[in-house]
Amino acid sequence: MALDPTTIRRIATLSRIRVEDDQLAPLAQELNGILGWIEQLNEVNVDGVEPLTGGAQMAMKMRDDVVTDGGYAEDILANAPDRNGAFFAVPKVVE
Amino acid sequence: MLTDLTIAQAQTGLRAKQFTAEELTEAHLRGIGTLNPRLNAFLTVTAEQAREQAKAADAAIAKGDIRPLTGIPLAIKDLFCTKGVRTTAASMILSPFVPPYESTVTANLLRDGAVFVGKTNLDEFAMGSSNMSSAFGPVENPWKRRQDQNAVLVPGGSSGGSAAAVSARLAMGATGTDTGGSIRQPASFCGLVGVKPSYGRCSRWGVVAFASSLDHPGPFARTVQDSAILLRSMASHDPKDSTSADRSVPDYEAACKRGVKGLRIGVPREYRVDGMPAEIEALWEQGVQWLRDAGAEIVDVSLPHTKYGLATYYIVAPAEASSNLARYDGVRFGQRQDGGDLTEMYSNTRAAGFGAEVRRRIMIGTYVLSAGYYDAYYLRAQKVRALILRDFHEAFQKVDALITPTTPSAAFAQGEKMDDPVQMYLNDLFTVGANLAGVPATSVPAGLDSNGLPLGLQIIGKPFDEETVFAVSAEIERAAGFTALPQIRAGA
Repeated sequence: MALDPTTIRRIATLSRIRVEDDQLAPLAQELNGILGWIEQLNEVNVDGVEPLTGGAQMAMKMRDDVVTDGGYAEDILANAPDRNGAFFAVPKVVE
Repeated sequence: MLTDLTIAQAQTGLRAKQFTAEELTEAHLRGIGTLNPRLNAFLTVTAEQAREQAKAADAAIAKGDIRPLTGIPLAIKDLFCTKGVRTTAASMILSPFVPPYESTVTANLLRDGAVFVGKTNLDEFAMGSSNMSSAFGPVENPWKRRQDQNAVLVPGGSSGGSAAAVSARLAMGATGTDTGGSIRQPASFCGLVGVKPSYGRCSRWGVVAFASSLDHPGPFARTVQDSAILLRSMASHDPKDSTSADRSVPDYEAACKRGVKGLRIGVPREYRVDGMPAEIEALWEQGVQWLRDAGAEIVDVSLPHTKYGLATYYIVAPAEASSNLARYDGVRFGQRQDGGDLTEMYSNTRAAGFGAEVRRRIMIGTYVLSAGYYDAYYLRAQKVRALILRDFHEAFQKVDALITPTTPSAAFAQGEKMDDPVQMYLNDLFTVGANLAGVPATSVPAGLDSNGLPLGLQIIGKPFDEETVFAVSAEIERAAGFTALPQIRAGA
């Protein structure tokens, strides 16, 4: 199924990536090229096959739900583009 | 030349006090100073830190406290978080990021006495097979075509800077990560040994995530023995990575000496693809013959879903990437671009911070996970992935390891294969299966093509049986007697 510019606009919005209008058509062409190539998977018979989520051939481990580490607020905030006291700062969300 | 020593030789020389760790580190830093402006293998050179670590190594040696990597200069792919040292993933969006913590793999190397000379270049977020997608410029492969010395070749990718650094003798070994071939393909292009261990063998904690179910940290080195020394140090069970394997780490160096007598080695017929260069086919035949001569039994095997590996990968990897890279929102770390409101700030930040290939993969991943398309793409790919794993399981009922070419071509020139993303993706044709199945695999330099460029053979093993993979790899290395050197290297 070929992607049209409207669908590309929707994917860009979901991806939170700004895409200029004049980029929609070239992007559609690139992504359609990749998706067209991926369509070959439709020829594989997957009836009754359980999906495989990962390469780890083992059961996931459980651990106690307790705090094991922390107390580094300053270290963590050191990389923040903007901060306000001990908080990350963002553009105003609620008026 | 100190820079021509293997890690094993340097260990011996340091212990015998033939030279100091400071001298060894200085020799590599000089090489970096001379060659890095041209090769662009390092994004950050940590010269002062390396000198301090080397001084500490000499003090430890004087006291008799010698660890497996004491005083050995290593390069670290700039995808591993290093405490207090900028870690960029070769992306503008992370360009100001200084991690307040150390990845488990690099912490293991430091525990064992290693010296870190710098952080190496890569394809942005490890997405690529040429190192051309780095936000900080491409890397030059230290090898040249015999007939065309002017062509600037790619080192492969994504771990292109690590491969170029070890090949050019700017470090004795390096860390890489391999999500679809990102250690083995550059190892093949640069005449090195590259190891992608089993999924879970090396912790992913502190490694910038691309596709979590496919990402594998592993080493680069110039010999199989050196790669075994590095892997033993890098590997560990790590409670901070829920997919880390709770298994003891064997003595891989000892496994290199086992030989292949009595082993059953499979040759997967589906890897004989149309259009494969005759010299790669011939090298593969030669590799099979070397193992037969050394006493292995050669068995024809089938991995019927091989041809679907890449398409499966290009659904699964972008899907996981779109989720992993959602964290780059300009709020907690990295670069921010302002916007009128929060959503616009996110969109502007991500448009400015991610390069074209990363944006493309995030969008593909978002699409295949979106409502209405999830079953058709993502779920189907996960089912094909299960069939690919089943292929390997069935083959390993009959054989102990597999031998294949690593790549369908030798190193190509910068600018080639850039017009069509799918052409670039085809580089990982032979390597991607081991990532989907989580099985260990190496690339070992085995010969040169008609241009004098290195070609690798790939050895694939059973889950967590790296020892057999090392045994077979060492036999290929012995038989190949690969001694060719890159034209661009420290001291040349």
